Amino acid sequence: MTRETTSFVYVTYIRSTPQKVFEAITRPDVARRYWGHENVSDWKAGSKWEHIRANDERTVELVGKVVEISPPTRLVMTWANASQADDPSQYSRVTFAIEEYDTMVRLTVTHDELEAGSGMAKGISQGWPAVLSSMKSFLETGSGIDLFAKPKSA
Amino acid sequence: MDADKVFKALGDPTRRRLLDLLCEKNGQTLGQLCENLDMARQSATQHLDLLEAANLVNTVKRGREKLHFINPVPLHDIYERWVRKFERQRLSLLHDLKQELEGGDQ
Repeated sequence: MTRETTSFVYVTYIRSTPQKVFEAITRPDVARRYWGHENVSDWKAGSKWEHIRANDERTVELVGKVVEISPPTRLVMTWANASQADDPSQYSRVTFAIEEYDTMVRLTVTHDELEAGSGMAKGISQGWPAVLSSMKSFLETGSGIDLFAKPKSA
Repeated sequence: MDADKVFKALGDPTRRRLLDLLCEKNGQTLGQLCENLDMARQSATQHLDLLEAANLVNTVKRGREKLHFINPVPLHDIYERWVRKFERQRLSLLHDLKQELEGGDQ
């Protein structure tokens, strides 16, 4: 039986270079500044990667494997909740494609092989637009968006 | 990437309907989208072209099919630029009012 899957494709244009966009994804010290998380790996095909919340707890939230990597234009990796790391059916796939576009970079994030209607599918469809907006803001202006911002309350 | 294009693309009920349809089910073909729209394929194509030019829709070729995906990233950029800023100010005004009325500063 094949499960029903869903996919998402996100595109953003960033006034930056492919190298900087690639580093914004793969370098923990850069990612933490606009994502609030670090993507940690030795970035070799077949290696593990972990998505770690950049706070004192350093919770590992997502895990997966690097499927394909060719800096600074392409990165493919699998993606699952750390709590479901042992269940192969819970792994989806994320592809980053980075190309020069005029004086900008066109970043396409394709998230597919997601289980339709799953919590992960809902989560990433809220998450990616915010993360990509924040990355664009960070690379263009030097400051990201506070992804954990809450209304200021008394 | 171009706010004018985004606002223009959103300023039409058919194009908003197309975005709603893609929100319900992402990655549809032109034919699938037309089933839910009372218009000729050619008109739908023109609307989709405008949405694509505004980067609100992306297309991916899969075999002989062209699939349309909603891209909410420019909407998020606009939210950050035009909504959240004012929301934050409003919230901070409410915060100041509460402080004033409750005398929270003492």
